Amino acid sequence: MSHLRTELRQRAEEIVALYPTRRSAMLPLLHLAQEQDGYLTDEAMAEVAELTGTTPAEVRGTASFYDMFHLEPVGRYVVGVCTNIACLLRGGEELLEHASAVLGCAVGGTSDDGLFTLEETECLADCNIAPVVQVNHRYVRTTTPEAFDGLIEDLRAGRLDHDVPPHGTLIRVRRSGGLRADASEIATERASAREARAKREQ
Amino acid sequence: MAYLDSPQIVSSRKEYADSFTLARYLATGGYEGLKKALSMFPEQVAAEVDAASLLGRGGAGFPAGRKWSMLRKSAVSYLVVNGDESEPATFKDHYLVERDPHQLVEGVIIAAYALQVNRAFIFLRGEFALGLERLTQAVNDAYEHGALGRKIFGSDFSLDIVVHPGAGAYICGEETGLIEALEGKRGFPRIKPPFFPAVTGLYGEPTVVNNVETMSNLPWIVLNGGAAFAALGAGRSTGTRLFALAGRVNNPGVYEIEMVKNTFRDIIYDPALGGGIIGDKAVKAIIPGGVSAPWFGPDQLDLPLGQDEVAAAGSMLGSGSIVVLDEDSCVVRATWRITKFFSRESCGQCTPCREGSGWLERMLYRLEHGGGRIEDLDLLLDVSDNIAPGLTWPPQQTTICVLGPSIPSSIHSAISMFRDDFVAHVDHGSCPHG
Repeated sequence: MSHLRTELRQRAEEIVALYPTRRSAMLPLLHLAQEQDGYLTDEAMAEVAELTGTTPAEVRGTASFYDMFHLEPVGRYVVGVCTNIACLLRGGEELLEHASAVLGCAVGGTSDDGLFTLEETECLADCNIAPVVQVNHRYVRTTTPEAFDGLIEDLRAGRLDHDVPPHGTLIRVRRSGGLRADASEIATERASAREARAKREQ
Repeated sequence: MAYLDSPQIVSSRKEYADSFTLARYLATGGYEGLKKALSMFPEQVAAEVDAASLLGRGGAGFPAGRKWSMLRKSAVSYLVVNGDESEPATFKDHYLVERDPHQLVEGVIIAAYALQVNRAFIFLRGEFALGLERLTQAVNDAYEHGALGRKIFGSDFSLDIVVHPGAGAYICGEETGLIEALEGKRGFPRIKPPFFPAVTGLYGEPTVVNNVETMSNLPWIVLNGGAAFAALGAGRSTGTRLFALAGRVNNPGVYEIEMVKNTFRDIIYDPALGGGIIGDKAVKAIIPGGVSAPWFGPDQLDLPLGQDEVAAAGSMLGSGSIVVLDEDSCVVRATWRITKFFSRESCGQCTPCREGSGWLERMLYRLEHGGGRIEDLDLLLDVSDNIAPGLTWPPQQTTICVLGPSIPSSIHSAISMFRDDFVAHVDHGSCPHG
């Protein structure tokens, strides 16, 4: 029984087919697993292991390296406030403090209603509109405490549902097809890659 | 006054709200560079890029043409595009991917043709959700348009591009860390030698890793010729460059200006660019090239924005970022925050970086927040010296990659330039700025 629902399982298999090795699909598949569950469940990681030809331990070991993967449940909205140098110089720390007070949770924590998780992020590469705030990795461009309050109201009221999908949904544009370069070419390519690797490992 | 008459090579579509669509791209000369490239021999295309003397726009500034020529001959090789832009205060690739994804795709196809590579991967930072969506759409459209896939535009060249999302790790901007992540592992940088990507890269095959901005320059270079690109700028710094200006300026943003023709003062003060410092304060320090770079004081404001010029002055143009601190900015706090970043992002493989970054961060924290000691200043430099012996620029390396040796830059700069500020923190017991 697949833990990933049918549509996601199908997308997962399409993604695996894009790479010369199954394991390469690890990060995109973990994003898919988060799209379904909001965070990485044991069941999802076991399925990613099966899809990538690795073990659940290897999947967890890889996932735990990356900030975007959550091994514990998070809110529907993960709010990231940047305090790195460009944002520090423009009130990032103060905005993070304000966010913590408004959401009623510490940095790294989740609000009582389970809707928001607050994170202090490293530079999000949007420093011309600092301090930078992302919700579920969407730039929301609210730089003042007042704008932040409005943002939270809008999110609660569902007014931003179109722009900000639930946490975990990263790429809503589906790749329209698999590899199209000549299949025999790719096969030859893979065979010689395998040979070369075997030679090196001897 | 700033010199602003140079062509806009990579940001030419900035006035269009729909600059990211195929329709707009085609209406503004899109994919013409690729058509021209396909009418040339691959070596000729590579020769144009070589003639352009295009320096890599990721940070190291290595000539792209020479990088390509170092690719080991092999039945299979790969092109990997580094779009993991995570260097603090760098936001030019973010701009390029969101605003002009087709330009990037076209550049990648041109590079792949020149290198005769049939599979390219664009590794894009995971936090760029909109960029990932626009780039995926652009790749879909390019296939539909015949610019990707089998027999591109009726030629004998076939190419697939895979857009690969990162997942939040600064270290994946290091090219071998990026390759590990692309292979589905933790982004641990590989030791070099032997793992120079051009020799032993992705899946052990020869791999070229180029930055997003580097790729985005290629359509223009092919259309206009390498010589036209090389005619811009001066010395080794040819063409234009995207500078990401941030911090205490009135108009932070991404600006494409000709290399060398402008100075730090121009980009910070020109009304068409930075527009001066907020509240007309004085400049206290400039961090050029990302937080890995040594700082400059106001005495360097008239330094031209060129790779060699900035290097000769003891820092680097790096990722093209420029952060401005004004007279009211706390340099101790800035140094602490930068060091906290490195401590958080150290991958943990090498002891000097893993342990050193945390130790430095804790010392800077207590200087800023209370409990700092005067001997901490020497200890900071001593620990830094253990990561990058001699505290030279460019730094000596004790670690697998350059993340570790990048940590001391800001600490060494801040203590050398603003020792009194650190002493004031010790005397005051915490930050006098509050």
